[in-house]
Amino acid sequence: MSRADFFDGLRGGSAIAMASAPFGALFGALAVDNGMSLAEVTFMSATVYAGASQMVGLELFGHNVQAWLIVASILAVNFRHVLYSAAIAPYIKHFSPLQKFFTFFLLVDPQFAETLKRGEAGKPVTFVWYLGFGIIIYIPWVLVSLLGGLLGNYIGDPKLIGLDILLPAYFLGIVLDFRHRDNFLPVAAVSAVASVVAYHYVGSPWHVSLGAAAGIILAALFPPPPHEQELESDLHEV
Amino acid sequence: MAFDLHMALVIVAAAVATYATRIGGYILITTMKRIPPRMEAALAAVPAAVLTTLVAPAFFIGGWDSKLALLVALVVGLRASHTWMLIVAWLFVLGWRHTIGM
Repeated sequence: MSRADFFDGLRGGSAIAMASAPFGALFGALAVDNGMSLAEVTFMSATVYAGASQMVGLELFGHNVQAWLIVASILAVNFRHVLYSAAIAPYIKHFSPLQKFFTFFLLVDPQFAETLKRGEAGKPVTFVWYLGFGIIIYIPWVLVSLLGGLLGNYIGDPKLIGLDILLPAYFLGIVLDFRHRDNFLPVAAVSAVASVVAYHYVGSPWHVSLGAAAGIILAALFPPPPHEQELESDLHEV
Repeated sequence: MAFDLHMALVIVAAAVATYATRIGGYILITTMKRIPPRMEAALAAVPAAVLTTLVAPAFFIGGWDSKLALLVALVVGLRASHTWMLIVAWLFVLGWRHTIGM
């Protein structure tokens, strides 16, 4: 039974691993291009293990931003996980403390989505299933980042081969993933305007925190929706 | 292959911060039972708000090649996956720079 659960997890997770691979490689290549060493690239993928926020880190490392602001921005991008761990709580209550420790470490967007789906469908959410699903995404993510980093060593001028467009285009893609959330358009519009204004009048990197704060405050000011919000993961990769 | 101490510390801090978000909701829900709706709305808005602030200035300070590539990527992104967005934006910029110029 538990063996079958484990393989069930591996099977489900491998599709996510394949979808995430190009982004892991992109992270590695751009990171090395921004001056990170292979060891640092691998270390970051292995410990932070959250694709979008790793890219945010890169973007800010490249701009000589103070360390605490980099960490704060990574924290902000990953704040959605707070909702995830709250939502899967009823289905993982029976895990042991050590199992919970690993459970939270591996809680990337698709891991959350699958756990919630499985729990709501009444299927047993066992730790072996969760672990199988998680490690088949985690291990390739770390390896593929390293591989991308190795390739990044051979990239010359990033502008000449158009690499500079990939980071903003990637961020744009993640923003679009959230477009079905309540008040998405006003939040994105206000954050966009506030960040551009802050960029001109206050300067980088403050446009990130000021722009984001404007959108978040706006979201809190809107009247709460009368219906219970259906919480879903909007991202399909690590 | 250097392992810069400062960089390593930033990465560790980022990892701890990320882990805190992944365990935070569980701790919150088991102590509070329920997250207040406004707080939930604010939390739900965080990622889109933060990431928008990284795209918008890049759009405004970028040249016409980057501006148009991002617009094309936006249209593609409404229909297709991230991978296609990146491929199309990349090909657009490459094509532009090798025909019209940098």
